[in-house]
Amino acid sequence: MTAMKARIAAVNDFVVKFANVNGSGSASANEMFARSLLRMGVPVSPRNIFPSNIQGLPTWYEVRVNERGYLGRRGGVDLMVAMNPQTWDKDMAEIEPGGYVLYDSSRPLPPSKFREDVNAIGVPLTEMCATRFIDPRERQLLKNIVYVGVLASLLGIEPEVIATLLGEQYKGKAKLIEPNLDAFMLGLHHGRDILDDVIDLKVERRDAVGKRIFMEGNAAAALGCVYGGATVCAWYPITPSSSVAEAFQKYCSRYRVDKATGENRFAIVQAEDEIASIGIVTGAGWNGARAFTCTSGPGVSLMTEFIGLAYFAEIPVTIINVQRGGPSTGMPTRTQQADLLSCAYASHGDTTHVLLFPEDPHECFEFGAASLDLADRLQTPVFLMTDLDIGMNHRLCEPLQWDDSRRYDRGKVMSREDLDSGRDFGRYLDVDGDGIPWRTLPGTHPERGAYFTRGTTRDAYARYSEAGPDYVYNVERLLRKFETAKALVPQPVERKAAKPTRHGVLYIGSTSPAMSEAFDALQARGLQVDLMRIRAFPFSEAVDRFIESHDHVFVIEQNRDAQLRTMLMTEQEVDPAKLVPILHFDGTPITARFITEAIAKRMENKVAPIKQGLVA
Amino acid sequence: MTYLAKPKLHHPTLPKNARGFTRRDYEGKISTLCAGCGHDSISAALIQACWELDIEPHRVAKLSGIGCSSKTPDYFLGNSHSFNTVHGRMPSVLTGANLANRELLYLGVSGDGDSASIGLGQFAHAMRRGVDMTYIVENNGVYGLTKGQFSATADQGSKSKKGVVNTDSPIDLVALALQLGASYVARSFSGDKEQLVPLIKGALSHRGAAFIDVISPCVAFNNHAGSTKSYDYVRAHNEAVNRLDFMPRRDAISASYAPGEVIEVTQHDGSVLRLRKLAEGYDAGDRLAAMTHIHAHEARGEILTGLLYVRSDADDLHAHLKTVQVPLNRLAENELCPGSGALAALNAELA
Repeated sequence: MTAMKARIAAVNDFVVKFANVNGSGSASANEMFARSLLRMGVPVSPRNIFPSNIQGLPTWYEVRVNERGYLGRRGGVDLMVAMNPQTWDKDMAEIEPGGYVLYDSSRPLPPSKFREDVNAIGVPLTEMCATRFIDPRERQLLKNIVYVGVLASLLGIEPEVIATLLGEQYKGKAKLIEPNLDAFMLGLHHGRDILDDVIDLKVERRDAVGKRIFMEGNAAAALGCVYGGATVCAWYPITPSSSVAEAFQKYCSRYRVDKATGENRFAIVQAEDEIASIGIVTGAGWNGARAFTCTSGPGVSLMTEFIGLAYFAEIPVTIINVQRGGPSTGMPTRTQQADLLSCAYASHGDTTHVLLFPEDPHECFEFGAASLDLADRLQTPVFLMTDLDIGMNHRLCEPLQWDDSRRYDRGKVMSREDLDSGRDFGRYLDVDGDGIPWRTLPGTHPERGAYFTRGTTRDAYARYSEAGPDYVYNVERLLRKFETAKALVPQPVERKAAKPTRHGVLYIGSTSPAMSEAFDALQARGLQVDLMRIRAFPFSEAVDRFIESHDHVFVIEQNRDAQLRTMLMTEQEVDPAKLVPILHFDGTPITARFITEAIAKRMENKVAPIKQGLVA
Repeated sequence: MTYLAKPKLHHPTLPKNARGFTRRDYEGKISTLCAGCGHDSISAALIQACWELDIEPHRVAKLSGIGCSSKTPDYFLGNSHSFNTVHGRMPSVLTGANLANRELLYLGVSGDGDSASIGLGQFAHAMRRGVDMTYIVENNGVYGLTKGQFSATADQGSKSKKGVVNTDSPIDLVALALQLGASYVARSFSGDKEQLVPLIKGALSHRGAAFIDVISPCVAFNNHAGSTKSYDYVRAHNEAVNRLDFMPRRDAISASYAPGEVIEVTQHDGSVLRLRKLAEGYDAGDRLAAMTHIHAHEARGEILTGLLYVRSDADDLHAHLKTVQVPLNRLAENELCPGSGALAALNAELA
């Protein structure tokens, strides 16, 4: 330690990043670090950056600490816990000037491996564990707990909080508590006795977490499906969506097993592929059960023929798409919002689908349940468009809510009594003028209401027809139905700048927390922007009004091709010059700094017209 | 094939079944298939089987894929819901429909292209899962709607109408179904209604995955010399292992057979399958023996027909998943939604 170096000083506002090797047991230690801050009332937002691998490849865990409650990524790292020699150089390069690196000093590293402007804190972790513990596996695993102990001492985390968390984690496994506690104390004392006060980043107890809960979006979406009444789930394993199905299984086992008989009020099928998954969901939807599948981009690609069939045959289907990077392996463990076009227009022929964009686990829950209602009401596929950033990371969010007086909207289903009353039944007849026809379920009535379900070759009474006018009637009705959807889907959320401005910002989903922080940062620089977070497609009229009332609208999204902007141009017929794309697509979650700089650059230099998006 | 609508009037003397339905009540629209198509005979056999079983037409859900065979559900059981899905994917849609309401009877109608070519995967997995259904493949070895291309069940060396010889090995769906765990496996011939009707009745009464491969010659594209799926070829090479009599309930048994000639199989619903043995030593309860027997006959160029395998105590997917007896599509909010109290407790756990 040289006293000459600058040292970043901050209380409850910094970024810690853990660089580890996957499969080394770091995940639970790192998560405990994050949870300990929450227990001290300080908001954090951790993010896993992990490889498509089980053991041996680099993995990172980035923790944003911020008492003001900014939960997006900020950008930059103040303290790097560098435990992976493979990524040392890259990890060092990421640290802010005046920042810190905590590393395992059991073996000496050459001076060239360090930076002049970064404060290095060496802790002989391997050596300490080798001395204290006998079992080789323990030595490896407990190293992670030792550095948590060191951090607790240097940052000011209350040891009692960690002890409590350890107790909770190993509840019922008393044998494990002792060595973990021992490792933690080993690190804590090393920090206190050997290292002195070498880090000026501090955690202080606050009451800034409130009643918020800490949850993964995938679990929340699954719970939304439980509350929303889904009884059939068919899925195929794919990162980052598998944990939706696993959570659905977990919550169903808890809430949906008949206590008297032990029988299940749900059916989950791990199908042979995504085609079968969506086929099962389509069959269940046709037969009146609420059904969903969860998948990611490649799965949606495989499902597209069925999605088209469900659209034309008008069958309720819910698809949870936890978006990720492109095909094959590698980027698929990284996040993107790059399936907007492939989902909005999935399949052959003229098709358009309803998309919902949740911002966090709270909305994953809410929209998960809502998508089942919407699918039944609209008799069409509904996509819940989340992403890896929301889905697979714990996020602080408002508690989940449910109104017990709420009734499921099962949509227009004719009962046996309806059919007996002599009501005319035309499966594809627009009797109400909203484009949504009435349907019957198989087995309803011995003589009335049966119909033959096909894709397109039918008239309003479901009779076989290849006649042009019948087809046109049908697909124009589907357009009316899509118009009806505009008022039923979650409406956008607006946030006005402090002063009137001609600049607006449109964004969706997981961009939300970084955008909120960027909004404040821009304001602080005297740059005023009005915000609108779009929460669904089709875009409601409020989106048109927002665009009309601004001269320039920044469209921020996490993909290369400005897909949201394209949809705004084609669906709302907005002049492309008015929509300025700001695009982030390197697979990491978008940061507040990125958004702030991108918008500031354009506002200060006048807005560049047409498509010259800033590229990450 | 005809463009004339069927008259709605029924002859007053038409016999009625126990539910008061005549055979006409099980009919559908006029077939649009070619005159003489084997598929129409299968539709007629289905109508006969459902009438004889006293099934209420609306308690049947018909599902199909794409192709000539998959069009046929429009031509029978007009008072049943039907779903003409996408090519090769009927099994998954049927699985989902079955999960939604376990109380209906599920009939899957498919073809050899639909099930053995594009849909082989879904065929296999539906059998594995033991979906409670009657799955019929109307097998003619060709793609009819696209005019005579070979399907995956076409025999090696068989000749197409245009003179092309098929060089690929055939897929035997019966052998596959047996291997994959189907619990009722039969093969028949569309030209043999005597054999086919009881096989369908047995399948409809069976719990679990019931599969019937019905050789059904295509008069337009696969009924010529050199084809192994023509009427003449099948009649000449058909080797029946047994003849099935279907008895709705055990107490209704009346037929008389010489001792040793008949095997009785009681299914879960109490119905009895009476198998009149034709082949020496064939045991329809022995899966491994059935597989060997099928392969031996196939090697000799013979088409083995009859009830090839049945497991009367089979389970189905609902049993595997331990689902409630009430159809899932009938469960209400109070049975599905844990409510705000449970959510408050969960919020506390997640805080």
